[in-house]
Amino acid sequence: MLISNLPALQVVIPLVSAPVCLLLRNPRHAWTCALITSWVVLAIAVLLVQKIFAGGTITYAIGAWATPWGIGYRIDMAGALMILIIAAIGAIVMPYAWHSVQHEIENRNVGLFYTCYLLCLTGLLGIVVTGDAFNLFVFLEISSLSSYVLISLGSTRRALTAAFQYLVMGTIGATFILIGIGFLYMMTGTLNMVDLAQRLPDVADTRTIRVAFAFVTVGVSIKLALFPLHLWLPNAYTFAPSVVSAFIAATATKVGVYVLLRFFFTVFGIHFSFAAMHVGEILMLLAVAAILVASLVAVFQDNVKRMLAYSSVAQIGYIILGISLASVDGVSAGMLHLFNHAVIKGALFLAMGCIFLRLGSVELRDMHGLARQMPWTMAAFVVGGLSLVGIPLTAGFISKWYLVSAVLAEGYWPLAVLILVSSLLALMYIWRVVEAAYFFVPGAAMHKVKEAPAIMLIPTWLLIGANLYFGVNAGLVSGIARQGANILIGQGVQ
Amino acid sequence: MTVLACVALPLLAPVLITALHRWPNPREAVTLLTSAGLFLLVYSLHDDVLHGARPAIDLLEPLPGLVIGFEVEPLGMLFALLASFLWMVTSVYSIGYMRSHHEWRQTSYYSYFSLALGSAMGIAFAGNLFTLFIFYELLTLMTYPLVTHAGDDAAREGGRMYLGYLLGTSVILLLLALVWTWSLTGTLDFRAGGILEGAVTPGIASILLVLFIFGIGKAAVMPFHLWLPAAMVAPTPVSALLHAVAVVKAGVFTILKVAIYIFGIDFLAEIPATQWLMYVAAATILLAAFIALRQDNLKLRLAWSTVSQLSYIVLCALLVTPLGIVGGSMHIVMHAFAKITLFFCAGAILITTHKTRISEMNGIGRRMPWTMAAFTVGALSMIGVPPTAGFISKWYILLGAIEAQQLFAVGVIIVGTLLNAAYFLPIVYAAFFRAPESNPKHEYKDAPGEAPLAVVVALTVTATGTVALFFLPDIPLELALQLAGGNK
Repeated sequence: MLISNLPALQVVIPLVSAPVCLLLRNPRHAWTCALITSWVVLAIAVLLVQKIFAGGTITYAIGAWATPWGIGYRIDMAGALMILIIAAIGAIVMPYAWHSVQHEIENRNVGLFYTCYLLCLTGLLGIVVTGDAFNLFVFLEISSLSSYVLISLGSTRRALTAAFQYLVMGTIGATFILIGIGFLYMMTGTLNMVDLAQRLPDVADTRTIRVAFAFVTVGVSIKLALFPLHLWLPNAYTFAPSVVSAFIAATATKVGVYVLLRFFFTVFGIHFSFAAMHVGEILMLLAVAAILVASLVAVFQDNVKRMLAYSSVAQIGYIILGISLASVDGVSAGMLHLFNHAVIKGALFLAMGCIFLRLGSVELRDMHGLARQMPWTMAAFVVGGLSLVGIPLTAGFISKWYLVSAVLAEGYWPLAVLILVSSLLALMYIWRVVEAAYFFVPGAAMHKVKEAPAIMLIPTWLLIGANLYFGVNAGLVSGIARQGANILIGQGVQ
Repeated sequence: MTVLACVALPLLAPVLITALHRWPNPREAVTLLTSAGLFLLVYSLHDDVLHGARPAIDLLEPLPGLVIGFEVEPLGMLFALLASFLWMVTSVYSIGYMRSHHEWRQTSYYSYFSLALGSAMGIAFAGNLFTLFIFYELLTLMTYPLVTHAGDDAAREGGRMYLGYLLGTSVILLLLALVWTWSLTGTLDFRAGGILEGAVTPGIASILLVLFIFGIGKAAVMPFHLWLPAAMVAPTPVSALLHAVAVVKAGVFTILKVAIYIFGIDFLAEIPATQWLMYVAAATILLAAFIALRQDNLKLRLAWSTVSQLSYIVLCALLVTPLGIVGGSMHIVMHAFAKITLFFCAGAILITTHKTRISEMNGIGRRMPWTMAAFTVGALSMIGVPPTAGFISKWYILLGAIEAQQLFAVGVIIVGTLLNAAYFLPIVYAAFFRAPESNPKHEYKDAPGEAPLAVVVALTVTATGTVALFFLPDIPLELALQLAGGNK
């Protein structure tokens, strides 16, 4: 009974727990509730993924209402990868959250924080499991609205403007997506993605569908912060509470990419998206711009969280670059990097959270000589940073290898050079932090700084360990990514 | 299993070194025992390899088709023997140097030293180019803390150059060459006769060769050589072992491996870029030697001399003849012994007299006769005067150049030798035959004549080795001949 309802439980459990957190006024109780929920969510995710491994794509009708009347859930290999990322990051971040949230958020808002966190988790998971275009929009809005609140809870007043900026951009994006889905419904009379995919080819050659495609593409691109629609992201990541930065950086934009994949490959089909609409060329151009510009901007940031935020924009460029190739190699490289980047950025933002807890700042000039006081945190940052650069034996290297070989297989050797050069830019901005922490003379107040508590270090090092593990044993994830890409591209051909 | 132990032992020793950080003597004992144990392990493989055995082990498969694995072949054996033997000597030297110089962070120094050697072993025994690349990058990262050991602004700047050049070249050029080779051939295994022949046109192969030669930045072929002088901010034992032996030799070792096992020397001869890259190597030999002439800082002069000498080996790889391969492999060993001796002497002078400039070293031979005698042996070997080891390798290099009918290369080698003499002999002359400029009584009153015993022992051992290898070059020579013979 429980097993057969796993897809629904995956979403319902965090959704139901969310208001409970608000009712539990004691911060410790709210935290415990969120912690247990996120671990249960992870357990369900693992069961689900096992089931998908064993039996392939899962379909599930909510309330046993058959599609297209009811809402259908549909999880394939690509979705399994996403569920795993979201649930795992959520479960790792929660133990870490206790100290960090106590430090950064006022007591009366802690319940609200965990409520919004669980809602955001619900939304992100819902986007992945649903097979219904409108339902997807609803979940997207659940996750977006809750993340506006989460960001606004940041400890400085600038968090409010950052959240507002994100709210404006995010709402424009959501509206665009809604308009696009509306057009699709108008032309096909269905919202179920599989049905959409069947009916769209008949009406593909109409202006309405082309406009719908454009609206959806631009709308989703805002959500996933594709250059030049990324302007909300640096502020949002910089001023959000540390836990939120780590969680959102590792999951939210990735889910955006997943939505893009769903629409391009499942709904519109590879032929329409890439051959008729030439979205591949456009994406490639924007990805290249993202990689170059954002990496360069990151080199000149003095706030490390902002530096990592710009780096995220560049890394999203890598993912999109892989997808823009529209080949199995390219899409699987993109999906692999999606996973690896979640692990990398999650770890780096967690390390920054440790530093913020002890230092009250993540400005480079305040971090002089920090490595002596916080050796474990800084070591985590160095390893995570090397993974971001793509040094062998780390997850980042595997992504880079796949991406470069996918690009070379298509004959775009200048792109290969670009990817490698920009990984050197990553080395430049990571090394600024390393030099500040290891080489510069510490300030007067530095000797009072202590190492972060173990309950924060352990989650950070778990993710660092994942970076190393997936750097030497990438077979599993690259296998899932390849199967996912096969399914996505295979669907488009039909 | 022995192969794995050779790589794992120095990579695991730092655990013990760190655990003993409060007790300096047991801590250094760990380093000494590890290095001796490593040398014995490596040596135990030597006999089997000479008789044709190729011990191999596969560890992990991070990506489908790409294996992290080890396999011992003659060239790797040669490099591993060299690095592990000289690590033993350097460990003795390090103890003397670091203690009398009152260096800080000695625990991390010995730990990273051991890690660097482990990476070098990984390079030596790598079973395929993928594994080699991984340990190549690891070596760069593990030596960075050693280069920047001083922790001051100069160290930070030097470290930045070091990391920038080495990672820059390897990430952009070498990795590109690797992925490209892999996508063209579907393998990165080291095979006798190479893997590229038949899979690519000479035009593509030319581009690949350029990417490889410049991408292997540790070989310091111009214009990617500036990291080497910059790395001289490191403590002298680091410069001695890593920047005269392990790191730079890992570079030329990789080039030889790529030339022999990825391209295959027969195919290399058909590639148009080979000839042009030979000119680049020749230019590096001569230009670096001219720059060495103008250096007053002794360590810098040695560094530039290393840049020049490394390109001899690159040149050998590009001569594409068996005798050239023999010459190149022999020069890895012979140059290592001579150069490490010279660096040891520079360090000995530094810790006893705090002098770094050649112009201040007049008459120093009278005060430090052992050190300067060893320096003379090293210098003669660099020039290639018998009875020193340098003569043997230069002999084979010249034979290789003649066999390849590259009169141009012969000319470069001869001019290079003259330049060698021009920048080393004046130091020897000044040390023994010029009178000290300042008042010797005042200068040397508070310090003893020679460096600490450990330091003098170490440099005597390497100087003796330099002479001994002239009379008994069997171990490296047999391996080199097997390498060239097995490849014909």
